[in-house]
Formats: sequence, C-alpha cells, structure tokens
Amino acid sequence: MFVELLKAFLIGGGLCAIGQVLIDYTKLTPARILVGYVTAGVLLSGLGIYQPLIEFAGAGATVPLTGFGALLARGVRMAVDESGWPGILAGGLSAAAPGITAAVLTGLIIALLFRSSFK
Amino acid sequence: MVQLLGRSTYHFLQPPVILASAAAGGKMERDGPLGKWFDYIDEDARFGEESWEKAENRMQQLALKTALQKAGLRKTDLNLLFAGDLLNQCTGSSYGLRGFMVPYLGIYGACSTMAEGLLMAAVYTGAGLAKAAGAVTSSHFCTAERQYRFPLEYGCQRPPTAQWTATSAGAVIIGENDGNSAGKVTIVHACAGIIQDGSVRDANNMGAAMAPAAACLLRRYFRESGTGPRDYDRIFTGDLGAVGSELLCQLLERDHIQISDRHEDCGLLLYDRKKQDVHAGGSGCGCSAGVLNGHILPEMRAGRLHDVLFAATGALLSPTMVQQGETIPGIAHLVHLRMEQGGNNGCSSNC
Amino acid sequence: MPTTERYAEMVKNTSGHSPSWKNIPLAFLIGGAICTIGEGLLHLYQFTGLTADWAGAMVSVTLIATSGLLTGLGVYDKIAKLGGAGTLVPITGFANAVVSPALEFKSEGLVLGTSAKMFLIAGPVIVYGLAASAVYGVILCLLGQAGM
Repeated sequence: MFVELLKAFLIGGGLCAIGQVLIDYTKLTPARILVGYVTAGVLLSGLGIYQPLIEFAGAGATVPLTGFGALLARGVRMAVDESGWPGILAGGLSAAAPGITAAVLTGLIIALLFRSSFK
Repeated sequence: MVQLLGRSTYHFLQPPVILASAAAGGKMERDGPLGKWFDYIDEDARFGEESWEKAENRMQQLALKTALQKAGLRKTDLNLLFAGDLLNQCTGSSYGLRGFMVPYLGIYGACSTMAEGLLMAAVYTGAGLAKAAGAVTSSHFCTAERQYRFPLEYGCQRPPTAQWTATSAGAVIIGENDGNSAGKVTIVHACAGIIQDGSVRDANNMGAAMAPAAACLLRRYFRESGTGPRDYDRIFTGDLGAVGSELLCQLLERDHIQISDRHEDCGLLLYDRKKQDVHAGGSGCGCSAGVLNGHILPEMRAGRLHDVLFAATGALLSPTMVQQGETIPGIAHLVHLRMEQGGNNGCSSNC
Repeated sequence: MPTTERYAEMVKNTSGHSPSWKNIPLAFLIGGAICTIGEGLLHLYQFTGLTADWAGAMVSVTLIATSGLLTGLGVYDKIAKLGGAGTLVPITGFANAVVSPALEFKSEGLVLGTSAKMFLIAGPVIVYGLAASAVYGVILCLLGQAGM
C-alpha cells in the first residue's frame, strides 16, 4: 500500500510540476493549460499510453485532468465497442457523468451557502 | 483665466485652490504605511452593502461626503462633479453619486482618473465656470477582479509584475482662488496626456503598458511649461509600480531627463511591499487618490514639499480587446501642485 | 519613444521572472499530496466493496466536494497561491473553477449569475474534452469498419 501511495505521489506531483513549468515559462493562461491537459489525456489514452500509467500510478494518473481526458476516451472506446457509431456521442459524457454532476451540484450548493470574501 | 502653453499645458493665472480632500478604504489600505490618513476604513470592504459593486458606490459617497464636510461646504455649493472609476459604465460614480444632485460630468481615465478629474475641475474653476468643483474616483479590489480577471475564490498565482487593485475612494474639492490662497495647496499647471501604446499585451504587466504614456507626458510638459525636473521637489507618478517606475526612468534618461532622484510612485507608497503581498505594487483609481490624500497633500500642508507634480497613469485596458489580441494603450495626465506661502497670489518663479 | 522591439526588450529586462525554483517544487509537493489522498481514498472505497470503476468515480466525487467546500470557505485560493499548478491540474482545480464563479456571480442571481456563469472557466475543458473524445470515437469506428 505504501508503495502505491508513493507512486501516486510521484506521478501526480510530476504531472502538476509540468503544469507549473507551462505557467512560469509560457504565456498560456490557466484555462488553456487545463484544455491542453484534458486533450492530451484523450490523445495519450487513444495511443494506449495512458492506461499503463493509470495501472502504475492509480490516482496519481486519474486525479490530474489528463485522467479526466483518459476517462472520456475510455468511455467512448467502450461505447463504440458495444454499439458502434452512436457510442461516439454517448460514451464520453456517460463516463464523465459522476464527476460533472458532482461539480455542478457542489457549485450550486456552495453558492447557496456561502458568499465570496475579501482576500 | 487659463493660459494655453504649447499643445495641452494649462497655466492658471489665478490658481484654483484645493479646499479639502478625503479618502475611504479597506483593511489592506489601513495596514499600509498611509493607513492613518484614511478618513473611513471598512474592515471587510463591503461597506455594509450586499455586493462589491454596491460597496464601491458607497465608498465614493463616503469620500465625497467627508470631503464636503472638511471643506465646510454643502452639496448645493458644488457647481460640478467630475468622477469616474474602473467599472463598466463607471457605475461606482454614476450610481454612487446620483444622490448628491450636483451637475455631473462622468470621466474615464482608468487609474489616471484622479489627475484627470483634478485637471477638469481646475480648468472649470480657473476659467470662472465653477466656484467649487469636485473630483471623485474609486477602485475596489473585488469589483475589479471579477470584471478584469477571475472570481475572487478562483485559485491562481499572480506573476511578480502584477499589481494589486486598491480598495479606495478619494474626493477632492477645488475652489476658486479668491486672492487669499496663503497656506493652501493650489493647482498652478495641468497637462492633458496623449494615449501611448507600448505594444504590451500582458494584462499582468500594466506598469510596462503605462510607462510610455507617463514618459511622453512628462517630456512634453517640461517642454511646454518651460520647466525641468529640478523645479519640483517631487514628481509623483500614478501607479506604475516597481516595473513601470523603472521603465519610466529608463525612457526619460534616453532623452536626458533625469527624474530618479525626485521620483516616487503612488503604487509603491500605498502598501508596504515587504509585508503585504501586492507584488509590483498598488494600482487602481483609488491608489493615486489615496496617496494624494494620505501622503502628497499632508506633506505639502506640513511645509515639507512646495512644488509637486502629480502625474497619475492609467492602462486603458479592455478585457475584450486583449482577448482579441490587441495591445494595451496607456494614458497619463498631470497637475502641478504648489503650496502657497505668504500672500503671493498665482504666478511666481517658473512662468 | 524607443522602437516597439527595443521597448519589448526593456520590458523583458525589467520585469522579474516568477520564482520557479520555489513554484515548481511546491506544485510537485501539493499536487502530489492531492493525488496521494486520492490514492488513499481509492483503497478505502475498494476496501468497502466498491468495484474499481465505482471507487474511482467516488474518489473524484469526494475530491470535488471537498475542493468545493474549501472554495466556499475561502481557503482553496490561499492554498493555490502556494500550490500553483499543483492545485490547478488535479480534479480539485476543476471543481474550484466551477464553484468559484458560481459563488462570485451569485450577486447577479441564481439563474443569470450562479448557473449561467458556472462554466465560465471550466467550460472549455468539457467542450474540448468531449470534442477530442468524439474525434477519437470517429477514428475508432473508421478503424472498426476497415476491419482492423
């Protein structure tokens, strides 16, 4: 178990450190970096590179946004295998549904309960 | 009577008098070196209102109300108000000041608004079109953040060139010179600046976007007024911050104008950069307004400064245009403030 | 005025650079820590009997809800000041990007403010994520028809 936590720490930390290099050394805004990560996740998953990384690092590869991209890609792959062309439209969002719904509900609930505060 | 020198330098033969000034601010401003000079401080920067925009409106109201009290004037004594702020449609001014029932001319000069308002008020009073006029401006960290950048709770790092928008409103009341201006601060000259674009695209480096406008203004003002940096005890620029201030001195040095021994920047005076996390310094209309009220005018009234240039700078930035790939234009306007001694009225040494 | 190129050079020389020597290790540590918490939760959920897939989904949900709460309490952006990409890249950063505008624009109402602005920052992630996955799906279908 300790080894698995360590692997998650190293790979997850590494993916974040790459993001920091992009922030500090390029003019990319945070939104563009996130778009880059999710797209890269889809691409790497499609090329069969990301799944081995998930098997190696677990949450270290699924928690960063590249993992969200990989999740979308996996959803599409499974849906296409199952039902062909319609799977293109259904697969991605069904796989991502718990995360997106959780984010929307959290946003709504937090907005109802709190208000922004001066820094 | 106002005399035109060169293209846009105005020389006031009967220099309008600064009757009073006031400022309101938040916790960050109180914790800064000028904290004790703020007339009103609100701990959570909400000023008792439910939204940040309404808080900014309230802040402008408080500043103008206090300045009027200090000047011993009533609302009805004011002939004109010049006011502006950073928000779309200048809501801080138009919503904040609507209750005063004073003839109102809205202005927009981004963070240069305090100097622009002073210039306009001085021209109107100097030309006999107003007996008393007010110049009001404000900025609020929270309204500016959500209009120009991100929601307050969004987690992101600011680069070292970024500046901190001051939560501050300032109001200055300017009156006609009735011939007895001894012991008062007067406006002797003013100069309207030209928009300069240094081709800066980085919205996190406004100092660099504004420095060319400040350099252009000072260069032209010295030429048109026939004065030089040595004629002034201090030259205050708006909120160029650490980066912009250095660039300004470099730009002027190329033209053999040396100001670094007497130059100070409002963005570097409002906060303590060692203790407060403001990166390259303060910014926002309220920054130069707060420094004018809390540092420049008190120093002049105490007799420590006599002739001062107050050159506020503004980045005329539009988030829409920046997203369309455009660069950031800068602007700067200045007024020459003088502490009148003895009974001398108006024009003296350097005309 | 100097030429545009000359001035750009002056700006570059005057503007300080972000302290990467500090930022990158901090992003690594804080981002790594968030992923480690995720890994711990994953084991915990699997231990309670969830399948690997559902456990993974629940990890995301837990991290999103926690990040949302920290955003509401005004803590997440303070961690992000230190963490930089370490708090941006994990799913918690996505949640912060959804929750912070929802909270901020509440002053314009729960419909036109909170909900209309909710995907102001995070929207592009979903748009391009779905677009990329759809392209991938088309490629898979074409390869499938070609009998590969």
